[in-house]
Amino acid sequence: MSLSDKDKAAVKALWAKAEGKAAEMGGEALGRMLVSYPQTKTYFSHWGDLSPQSAKVKKHGAVIMGALGKAVKGIDDLTGTLAALSELHAFKLRVDPANFKILGHNIVLVLAMYFPADFTPEVHLSVEKFLQNVALALSEKYR
Amino acid sequence: MVKWSDFERAAIQDIFSKINYDVVGSAALSRCLIVYPWTQRYFGSFGNLYNAAAITSNPKVAAHGKVIMAGLEKALKNMDDIKTTYKDLSVLHSEKLQVDPDNFNLLGDCLTIVVAGQLGAAFTPEVQGAFQKFLAVVVASLRKQYH
Repeated sequence: MSLSDKDKAAVKALWAKAEGKAAEMGGEALGRMLVSYPQTKTYFSHWGDLSPQSAKVKKHGAVIMGALGKAVKGIDDLTGTLAALSELHAFKLRVDPANFKILGHNIVLVLAMYFPADFTPEVHLSVEKFLQNVALALSEKYR
Repeated sequence: MVKWSDFERAAIQDIFSKINYDVVGSAALSRCLIVYPWTQRYFGSFGNLYNAAAITSNPKVAAHGKVIMAGLEKALKNMDDIKTTYKDLSVLHSEKLQVDPDNFNLLGDCLTIVVAGQLGAAFTPEVQGAFQKFLAVVVASLRKQYH
């Protein structure tokens, strides 16, 4: 399900609005994922406090959104843009790629909460396609 | 049998008391039909689903959104045995409507997003967890009679 020009434009437009709050939203999305999908906590057990208020969760959420921001900028070549991150996830972190979808759902949810007027069904569609393509690029080096 | 904590019971009842049934069901269904267009396969009789605007303004979609909410209310009123409450609904979806059960999760996700948008900050991570657990039980119960 590759990105049309319309999808890319929608993602860039929403990101331009969201960028200022990206770090905060990332922390929210990650925190919500850890609560609603407790199996994802297995990747972060070394952090101790995995509550949404935890400093480590908030910080890592910001890191994730920073990477997504790079992906938005490199939207025409996600595989290239995310190559190094793909290697990291494949060989070092070894996150089961099914979890990318779970985090994606929580990112979409947080976007809907922060930008209820802008996050129309059509924008939702484009953002989901984008996140799906990001997940695919992140999975590239796995096998 | 599913165990609900006091917090979960209260949170789920609270969500349903706050959301607008007329809006939420229809918004979730139309969002699902737009974001996951293959789900339109089950609504051939609904007329114009040609684009997002048509779907959002389609009266059959709106009406069906209310049907879905009525179904969810049955689960809400029988939280301690959703499986039995949904036996006939499960048979309906499996044998008559022949819905691929993976689609239940798609509609569930759209419902969660619409509810989050409506409730805002009140939809805390813990409340989200309770709501998603409720939907997971609903989905599992709807899947139960498939064979």
